[in-house]
Amino acid sequence: MNEIKLSAHNFNMYFGKKQILKNINIDFPKNQVTSLIGPSGCGKSTLLRSFNRMHDLSPDARIEGDIKLDTLNIYDKKTSVTELRKRIGMVFQKPNPLPKSIYENLSYALNIHSFSKTEIPGLIEKALKESYLWEEVKDELKKPAVKLSGGQQQRLCIARTVVLRPEVILMDEPCSALDPISTNKIEALIMSLKKDYTIVIVTHNMQQAQRISDKVAFMYLGELVEFDTCENVFKKPQKELTKNYVNGHFG
Amino acid sequence: MNIKKRESTDWLLKQVFKAAGLVTIGLLAGIFLMLLYNSIAFFADVKPVDFFTGSQWDPESSTSKYGIAPLLVSTGLVTLGAMVIAIPLGIFTAAFLSELAHPKLKTILKPVIEMLAAIPSVAIGFLGIVLVGPGIAKIFGIQNGLNALNGSVLLAVMALPTVITISEDAINAVPHSHREASLALGANKWETLFKVTLPASLPGLIAAVMLGLGRALGETMTVLMATGNAAVLPKGFLDAVRTITATIAIEMGEVPYQTTHYFALFAIAVVLFLITLAINLLGEYFANRLRKFHA
Repeated sequence: MNEIKLSAHNFNMYFGKKQILKNINIDFPKNQVTSLIGPSGCGKSTLLRSFNRMHDLSPDARIEGDIKLDTLNIYDKKTSVTELRKRIGMVFQKPNPLPKSIYENLSYALNIHSFSKTEIPGLIEKALKESYLWEEVKDELKKPAVKLSGGQQQRLCIARTVVLRPEVILMDEPCSALDPISTNKIEALIMSLKKDYTIVIVTHNMQQAQRISDKVAFMYLGELVEFDTCENVFKKPQKELTKNYVNGHFG
Repeated sequence: MNIKKRESTDWLLKQVFKAAGLVTIGLLAGIFLMLLYNSIAFFADVKPVDFFTGSQWDPESSTSKYGIAPLLVSTGLVTLGAMVIAIPLGIFTAAFLSELAHPKLKTILKPVIEMLAAIPSVAIGFLGIVLVGPGIAKIFGIQNGLNALNGSVLLAVMALPTVITISEDAINAVPHSHREASLALGANKWETLFKVTLPASLPGLIAAVMLGLGRALGETMTVLMATGNAAVLPKGFLDAVRTITATIAIEMGEVPYQTTHYFALFAIAVVLFLITLAINLLGEYFANRLRKFHA
């Protein structure tokens, strides 16, 4: 019933000699929110960043195995990394608007992917509306993006990702630098985005994972320990390790 | 008792630091006033209009011409040429060092570039006389290579270490998250460099250019040796020129004390001072305007 959008098979990842990810096998269903949880250093961010090849920047990163977006092998030599990143967007832990105006933060991505000049303003308005930011910024699109509050900046970063109409959105602890009200807004946004996008989110916040996820993957020391529906992972975990973690016995 | 002592130490230190800051301002003001005071004596003898519009600098002749134009144009020409060479070369080298160069290559290149700054200007002057100058003469088929272009090339070499070092610091200071943001949107390395990293470092790049410009404007020995020293209005880069700095250096040693000619040298120094001041203020203004886009 659930179509698989993104998947990893026998995926290993090394930084130099150190193995960070150990034989990961996971399938992300389309139009659902999947949370990656686990203690710090368990490799969940590393896994997330593998999906849009952000590790290409680190010269000592090495991978084995496959990651597939639909049927496209993303680490295939023929795969264009810029095209891939258009299809798999990413929102970072700390809001990172570019040092440009609010408008330019969105038009930048559109210009790079050569969208026509006439459709850009419309696309930007649509993305800002979808990110629940339009009402707050519509009169000051020329303002520097860094003048926005932290929560607004993060919604801008989401709008910037959404404006390209990706298929998958990766989020690396998008609320960890935000206050509770901003966090609520982002969570509501995530819920509304999942009808159009497949979302993979790394979070340290157990309540957040329970509120927003359809599926939850628990990782520990570079291994995928348990991957199930949100309810099963939190209510009926199969493994002792998962149970201890979600109940806050360690982490 | 103890608290009182700490408070008075606090007060004392505050005054010391304030004094240290004021000394710099005092020095700047003092130099400017000294130059201004001496040039007032010059303008008592020569009309400012003649000074700024006169097209001849010939204090030795019987009619004593004090037109600053030839010197000003010379300085402008040489500096402009130097910047045209040094700015792109310097910024691209800095971008290469910071974004693309292999760490091993970087550890070799950086000290070499910094060593370039340690070469005395007299030695660079030699380089102009024996190598660059004759080279220019050959390429352009002219008799003498001691001209504005020669000076520009040499000044570019001298300004490069400044431009490169400060530009590289500016580029390095751009947060890594900006690059990640751009790459994650599907931009490639070049788009990220030219549309995000370099624009984000622009305030620093402007500072680099300003300091490089200051270096080129104020340099004396090299241009004195390598540009031919003809105080006539140059028509182009292949003409011999004489900059303001070279003029002061050449004539100051021979001019009789407190004559019009003597004061004239202070007047052209004031002009040079004002130019560098204006350039620095302008650079600061632009840097501030751009900074508001940064957190």
